[in-house]
Amino acid sequence: MSELLISITPINWLLDPLTHEFMRRALMVSALVGSVCGLLSCYMTLKGWALMGDAVSHAVMPGVVVAYALGLPFSLGAFVFGVGSVALIGFVKQKSRIKEDTVIGLVFTGFFALGIVLVSKIKSNIDLMQILFGSPLGISRSDVNQTLIISFIVIFILLIFRKDLMLYCFDAKHARSIGINTGILHYLLLTLLSLSAVVGLQTVGIILVVAMLITPGATAYLLTDRFDRMTILAVISSSFSSILGVYISYWSDIETGGSIVLVQTFIFLIAFLFAPRYGIFKNQSLINND
Amino acid sequence: MNPIFKSHEKDFMRIEADQVCVDYNGTVALYDASLNLKAGSICGLVGMNGAGKSTFFKALMGFIRPSRGKIRINGFKVNEAQKEQSVAYVPQNEGIDYSFPVSVWDVVMMGRYGSMNIFRIPRESDRRAVVHALERVDLYDLRQRPVGSLSGGQRKRVFLARAIAQRASVLLLDEPFSGVDVPTEKLMAELFLQFRQEGHTILISTHDLNHVRDFCDFVVLINKTVLAYGETSEVFTTENLNKTFGGMPPNPLSGPQSSKDFVNE
Repeated sequence: MSELLISITPINWLLDPLTHEFMRRALMVSALVGSVCGLLSCYMTLKGWALMGDAVSHAVMPGVVVAYALGLPFSLGAFVFGVGSVALIGFVKQKSRIKEDTVIGLVFTGFFALGIVLVSKIKSNIDLMQILFGSPLGISRSDVNQTLIISFIVIFILLIFRKDLMLYCFDAKHARSIGINTGILHYLLLTLLSLSAVVGLQTVGIILVVAMLITPGATAYLLTDRFDRMTILAVISSSFSSILGVYISYWSDIETGGSIVLVQTFIFLIAFLFAPRYGIFKNQSLINND
Repeated sequence: MNPIFKSHEKDFMRIEADQVCVDYNGTVALYDASLNLKAGSICGLVGMNGAGKSTFFKALMGFIRPSRGKIRINGFKVNEAQKEQSVAYVPQNEGIDYSFPVSVWDVVMMGRYGSMNIFRIPRESDRRAVVHALERVDLYDLRQRPVGSLSGGQRKRVFLARAIAQRASVLLLDEPFSGVDVPTEKLMAELFLQFRQEGHTILISTHDLNHVRDFCDFVVLINKTVLAYGETSEVFTTENLNKTFGGMPPNPLSGPQSSKDFVNE
């Protein structure tokens, strides 16, 4: 492919991949997954749930393997184990003296190890590499449908409850004192996290999905002081990273998941250095005018 | 302003706590705490750290369920009163993440969420309530600013405005005077008097005795239980304060009579 690179114009660079059906599919799914994870990442970063995102995304591994082995939709297995891991974390924390971050690390590595053991034991056509690193370029039609359905469920719920969830992240005590059931919001957010991890592992795989769930939110957080703008910026940067990542992966023949997350990380670095108000090289006149 | 309250008579009891006990996994945090507060009163809740002030607050807000005793707010159970938007909580500045991306307007609008439908779309009446609340705490001009860019006193006023916008009849304030500048303190003093005039009941948790003398009609001295309760001038005696702050250690075995009874039970 490298001899091609010399003669491609930017237009060709953008349009050539679109002639392949698998690339159109990959771009659409990645952009959608990017939007879903980007939206949720705002709540994860503001609530301080990055480690929880890491845990849930790893803990879905055995669920995916079991579902494949039984011929069930992989998202169902992943969802059961995602929510199950969260419940188990809560249970162990409540019933023992161990601190929360230790419990989280303990539970998710246990689940992840179980998944790896299951893959090696259950002889089937499961490709470990595909689960671990994702493969949007090789995504099947039924997987696309699952991803579409789950993505729309997550977006729908987030749009309805966005203000309640924002209030829950900002001041849970006030939410409770005006009669909002914060227990339900807590588990709703965890459910959305599990669902997003499920769709996220389609494109970037289990190991990197946590990046999809925190990096866009962290980038947007450096760029604005308004929650609504933060969600919009996170969705834009996340879906843009997904699309650009897939293109780069196509032209340079590199792993797609890694490519997407590297683009996200690069955008974060730019924000970290040059964000107008919160970057390292911030615009002094903006600060002084306040 | 004349807020629409279920009951407006002067002798109407806003807060009734009857022999409330709270324990955490067997450790007694609060024992036999009783309190009755009328509409239109300001009450200080005074005690050392760990004396059960915040436990009492949490029980009044329904965050913890008393192991014994009952609490009524405006005659309702706590969760029912909350659904009616009767209770507003003004948090300590330390309890809030001020790097959260919300503006002053956004925070005050949160006081209206309980009165909105599930989508929390503000109506004209909600916006009017927010404007009115912001004007009362003198923050209208700063409404677009992120809360993180405000001073300590301004931050406190934002959360007061949120409570005003909520139109609650009972206000619970946690250490409202800590980290507050002089103009804010004056503004708060005026606001509290207006609230009392309007029939609100204000419960202020604090360890600052001077502020209690200046602001509060009633005072509750607390050390695992209610040691003394009544009009500030009568309760604020040296003897009572000694009991509250170290005259007697907060140890159930050598502590107040009621705690001793509890241990023997």
